[in-house]
Amino acid sequence: MGDLLLKMAGIEKSFPGVHALSQAQFELRAGEVHALVGENGAGKSTLMKILSGIYSKDAGSVRYQGKEVEISSPRAAQHLGISMIHQELNLMNHLTLAQNVFVGREPRQPLRFMLDEAKINAQTQALFDSMHLRLDPRTLAAELTVAKQQMVEIAKALSFNSQVLIMDEPTAALTESEIDELFRIIRQLRSKGVGIVYISHRLEELKQISDRITVMRDGHYVDTVDAKAVTIDQIIGMMVGRAIYESSPEVPEQPEQAVVLAVRGLNRGTAIRDVSFVLKKGEILGFAGLMGAGRTEVARAIFGADPIDSGEIFVKGIRTAIQSPRDAVRHGIGYLSEDRKRYGLAVGLSVEANIALASFEQFVGSLGVVDDSKVRSIASRYVDLLSIKTPGIQQLVRNLSGGNQQKVVIGKWLTADTEILIFDEPTRGIDVGAKSEIYRLLNELAHAGKSILMISSELPEILRMSHRIVVMCEGRITGELSAAEATQEKIMRLATQRSGMVAATENSFAAKAEVR
Amino acid sequence: MATAEKVFSAPRQPILRSNAAQKLLAFAALIVIFAVFSFLSPFFATPENIVGILLATAVNGVLALGVTFVIVTAGIDLSVGTVMTLSAVMTGLTVSLAGWPVPLGILIGVLTGSVAGLINGLIISRMRVPPFIATLGMMMVARGLALVLSTLETGTIKPIYFNDVPVFRQLMMGSILSPLLAPVAPDFNLPNAVLILFVAALVAAFVLAKTVLGRYTVAIGSNEEATRLSGVGVAGWKTAVYALGGTFSGLAGVMIASRLNSAQPALGVGYELDAIAAVVIGGTSLSGGQGTILGTIIGAFIISTLTNGLRIMNVPQEWQFVVTGLIVILAVYLDILRRRRM
Repeated sequence: MGDLLLKMAGIEKSFPGVHALSQAQFELRAGEVHALVGENGAGKSTLMKILSGIYSKDAGSVRYQGKEVEISSPRAAQHLGISMIHQELNLMNHLTLAQNVFVGREPRQPLRFMLDEAKINAQTQALFDSMHLRLDPRTLAAELTVAKQQMVEIAKALSFNSQVLIMDEPTAALTESEIDELFRIIRQLRSKGVGIVYISHRLEELKQISDRITVMRDGHYVDTVDAKAVTIDQIIGMMVGRAIYESSPEVPEQPEQAVVLAVRGLNRGTAIRDVSFVLKKGEILGFAGLMGAGRTEVARAIFGADPIDSGEIFVKGIRTAIQSPRDAVRHGIGYLSEDRKRYGLAVGLSVEANIALASFEQFVGSLGVVDDSKVRSIASRYVDLLSIKTPGIQQLVRNLSGGNQQKVVIGKWLTADTEILIFDEPTRGIDVGAKSEIYRLLNELAHAGKSILMISSELPEILRMSHRIVVMCEGRITGELSAAEATQEKIMRLATQRSGMVAATENSFAAKAEVR
Repeated sequence: MATAEKVFSAPRQPILRSNAAQKLLAFAALIVIFAVFSFLSPFFATPENIVGILLATAVNGVLALGVTFVIVTAGIDLSVGTVMTLSAVMTGLTVSLAGWPVPLGILIGVLTGSVAGLINGLIISRMRVPPFIATLGMMMVARGLALVLSTLETGTIKPIYFNDVPVFRQLMMGSILSPLLAPVAPDFNLPNAVLILFVAALVAAFVLAKTVLGRYTVAIGSNEEATRLSGVGVAGWKTAVYALGGTFSGLAGVMIASRLNSAQPALGVGYELDAIAAVVIGGTSLSGGQGTILGTIIGAFIISTLTNGLRIMNVPQEWQFVVTGLIVILAVYLDILRRRRM
């Protein structure tokens, strides 16, 4: 490890309703891989977004290469040699790979305003070659799979000759061999003296790749330790800090329960391929998989939000044609989107209006007038029942925290008298304390006989909450595990089990295409 | 290396195969429309009428060029029609009333459009007013200003004529190509307006495909946040795109003033919709990220050919609107069908 490259100290950051970082600190040496870990909402990404100029800090200092710096924009960060590879893919689908790599700093010829397409293609090709990436720089980004797009993002960050490279969950969507390739590149960079910040939830990777590990919790710095001298259990201990989850599902398996939802042979293009499963009464069925595995697509298809090519859906044993969300709600199915603000809530409306939103017909009197007092009484009941923390039912949903917003969505579907609840990433963007409350609520709902389909990308969450786990990969169900037999490793194996034949055909086709 | 090859080679998915199809479809539609009208009326496929169609396309086509850039960024510009009028009035004031040299008056007309576009861009990118609202406001402002300025001469709203400067009308209606075309097609009196349209289209196509501005236009429309995170000063480039759109409006203003031999201050409302329709028919997606100049030009020709053909068939103007409207809806519906397949 080389000299101290970067030191962040006393960093403070607040968002409306959340104190995201409090006295956070972090340091990085040249030629080290420094892992940054913590649960969702611990503040890792926020801290790194401050470093890469996306957020501005409220207080604190950043020293870089011995000097105090103010990083005011992503461009300023790039000029300093700090790049970040984001968790969400950030490629422009309508541009080619080379255009994506060089966007913002195109070499120009011969006049200042003209682009030199040949040059960026050649440079990108050289970059891909150095990474052993078999891609044509002239391919459009839209044509690549998620994993390949991620590799292009890494190539893009490398092309900056960055001194500091921040990787936010780079392996979340990669297969084993792709991860090996990534690690090879990371080691290559480390040997060149680049400082790498590595954010990951996959603790087993950290032992492999990182030199030091910094742990964060609830926006605070916990400790920095030598990766070689620490065990995974110790890291988990520092991350969790307090007993926050129930250790296992509280509801015992009840295999004799009736099937409330059965899906058979669901298909839509390449997104959903021959998906069949059943959901029983009072059960929490976990849907695991990597990003883009098709879980949300299945949920939306069942809910009637997207059309399907073929397949049958049975609700309580009766074959049901669900062609719109309205049909789904009528059959007692509620969908809680992963993107609450876009699809789940009318954030500009009050708590009571949101709770009544999916079932307004209940509240309309004979003259077509909404019965306000009835709305109020139902809303108040759910605010109490779900312990939604709000100054009142007239409060605008926009002003509530993420966890309480999620509870409002739950209240909405309970009001609509749904029997089947599909939760898509129920705790995304929710702070650690509120998470355990959502978990408690899910358990209670299952106890009360509701059937829950829970999509989650967080393996600990899947393992803790589910009675059964269905794993998807590339639009197919690759396996089903009972709560007793499920482990992170088994789920990951299924989640990366690509269909061999399809992949082989595609690859040989691609290889031919690239020969020319 | 075998594994790496397997893992990292790109599967070629023919996702974008139908992009070219839409352009082809639009072009085929234009041919069909042309053939049908030629069959129905002996007056349609005559040299004079074809020149008429070309002439009718010129102003809308130039407006649509600017709108293409804006729409590719996933924005919209409703002000192009009235900004065109304002530019025409400015040229009229300087050339006809103040007696300034014609080239200077033309420059002022074009720059008037640039400034209006620049203001649009600043309001959108710095003040974060949605493009629809910002340009709706500019549409009204420009209209009002054009009317106000036209009262400067007599105190009442009236057109400004260029009768004292006959050379100005030659800008559009003259034909510097005629001597060249005379040996092959003596009847074909190709006005300069058409030449201006094609030169402007070539410039626009070059800017969109080959320059930094064009690249960022597509990038912003494809994924604005990702473009910002790549270190591109999105606000500045967006402003530039609206300023470019305004510049084309300014040029269109000079062209229409020349063609009508007058600056008509009450004109302009509705032109923006024709321009947007041309862009959309040409396959540019309103959700941004894709669009071509060639498509826009074809779209503009489809509209003017339809209008011209229907008029020759003695279809009342009211019905021409109905037909154009249906074509726009059909074009966007085809675009949606294409997307759904992807």
